[in-house]
Amino acid sequence: MDDLRKKAKELLETKQVSVVIGYGNGTGDRVRAIFVQTPADTDKLLFDDRCLQNLTVYLSKSEVRKIGKPAVVVTLPGMRTILQLASEKQVMENDVVVLGISPTGTLLDLPNFKAISDYVASSNLDYTDAEMQKLDEILKLSLDERFQFWNEELSRCIKCYACRQACSLCYCSRCTVECNQPQWIAVPSHDLGDFEWHVMRAMHLAGRCINCGDCARACPLDIPINLINQLLAQEIFQDFGLRSGTSPEADYALSTFRPDDKEDFIR
Amino acid sequence: MDTNKKLLKSQSLKDLLGKLTQSGKTVYAPKKVREQVDFQSITSPEELAQDYVQTVQSPKSAVFPRVEELFRFRNGPEGVKLSERDMSALPEIVLFGARPCDAAGLQPLRAIFTWDYQDALFKSRMEKVTIISLACQTSDEYCFCTSVGLGPGDPTGSDILLTKLPNGDYLAEIITDKGKSLTDSMPELFLPAPADAKPAALADVQVKFNHEELSKKLASLFDRTDLWVGQSLRCLGCGACAFVCPACACFDVQDEGTTHDGVRLRCWDSCGCSLFTLHTSGHNPREVQSQRWRQRVMHKFSYMPERLNVFGCVGCGRCSRACPVDMDIKEHLTAVMEVKA
Repeated sequence: MDDLRKKAKELLETKQVSVVIGYGNGTGDRVRAIFVQTPADTDKLLFDDRCLQNLTVYLSKSEVRKIGKPAVVVTLPGMRTILQLASEKQVMENDVVVLGISPTGTLLDLPNFKAISDYVASSNLDYTDAEMQKLDEILKLSLDERFQFWNEELSRCIKCYACRQACSLCYCSRCTVECNQPQWIAVPSHDLGDFEWHVMRAMHLAGRCINCGDCARACPLDIPINLINQLLAQEIFQDFGLRSGTSPEADYALSTFRPDDKEDFIR
Repeated sequence: MDTNKKLLKSQSLKDLLGKLTQSGKTVYAPKKVREQVDFQSITSPEELAQDYVQTVQSPKSAVFPRVEELFRFRNGPEGVKLSERDMSALPEIVLFGARPCDAAGLQPLRAIFTWDYQDALFKSRMEKVTIISLACQTSDEYCFCTSVGLGPGDPTGSDILLTKLPNGDYLAEIITDKGKSLTDSMPELFLPAPADAKPAALADVQVKFNHEELSKKLASLFDRTDLWVGQSLRCLGCGACAFVCPACACFDVQDEGTTHDGVRLRCWDSCGCSLFTLHTSGHNPREVQSQRWRQRVMHKFSYMPERLNVFGCVGCGRCSRACPVDMDIKEHLTAVMEVKA
């Protein structure tokens, strides 16, 4: 933590960045995103295992951008987000200073995208046992049971869009749900509207989601919507051998055409 | 003897819920859903949740559903025909175990839906709701009812207020005619209250600010961009706070169907969302999140008291609990009081 504060202080003092997006104390036991803009305030930065929010979500927010060049505190999911955003031409190498933190809490030296890619390549990107267990529970259901499971879960959705707003990769300035000429997705939070929204969200993130889990953590009704994304990411890895957020120049599996595609239907 | 106070024995609580759920009325009560407690329609007393501070959502959907059909329309050779809702088909609802802040939360909703236009659907639903609230013995760091003029045992908005006695029985305060007719219909459960019945200690909710002073202060802070930006940089602009709020009444109107045959719906909406104020021209008078956050605070604590004589907040703390990024309204309001003008 001292290394992080020291580095943040140095970045602000030398004016390499205008703001350090990190974690600070919140209400009760909670931590929250803080936007440190003076060297003196770097003492407010902290890092521990409560720091789960993927802070790269703030890179696209207009009022944060207005402050100036940011440094952002990230763990593995945040690093993968940076690479994914880079591959989608949303972040350039010099736009942001990445303050990566290892699983043991040490500050990493990640001066460029290559260093981030190397670090991600050396990390274990497989799902944890706990994650696998949850996925297996769903996969072992019959299709009807699975439909029932999601119907029940999604019936609690109130369409507050916390899942979308918390997602670093949902950066569209105008989401498909909000396009109404024509209206693609039903706006009301009734059964169909909720279902359509979540199916669309899952499809737009298929092969792009980097599994930070913020959508599920943001949900006020505790709907485990990240499971849908995890399953899709797994299928895309199996079918195309591609994993999101591993390289700043990766192809996007679902929108890339190759003449030597192994599937016949596309030729 | 005070006829507005009755005694409900602890073992009678189950009988009361049993009778209510058998009465043909819809009973909404706090129920455990996965790891959370939320208002749900219950069909047996066993479903009532125990040991929780507050439900995730407020019970406002009983009178202001998240999707409400306003009317149906049909456009045929004879012109446009509208079919209004059949108000008599709306359900009779008993809201059981609402917190005093929840009951009070229906007052700002009423103020909005009967401000100039008298919203018949809302009024009909309100007429058909009976609220049996339960005074709070516990609170958490997000509660601040006492800072907005309410309290853990405040009767505002309740038809019957239950307060636990030290022996586990309940003191039932009958506040309205609706409450009286309900208790009168079950004399075997609502017994005469002993004159010396003294409720157990209620939750100790510290006063953090004076809401009248806050209201006055806010009137001069509209242009303090630094304050609003500073508070809202981490706000993601979702609608979680507004949707769980008992007093948020903003809605969006949507048509579904075709131009020949369809339905007009009222859906929850939030001033925190960027599209809420987007004009057809492309202009957005609240184009950044800090302006939307300011609107949220101003509307609840300045505009509503000024125009409707009621605060748009009952201090339930749900918005802060539900916020994915810990926007703590109590903290931010306390900070507003400390701003140097």
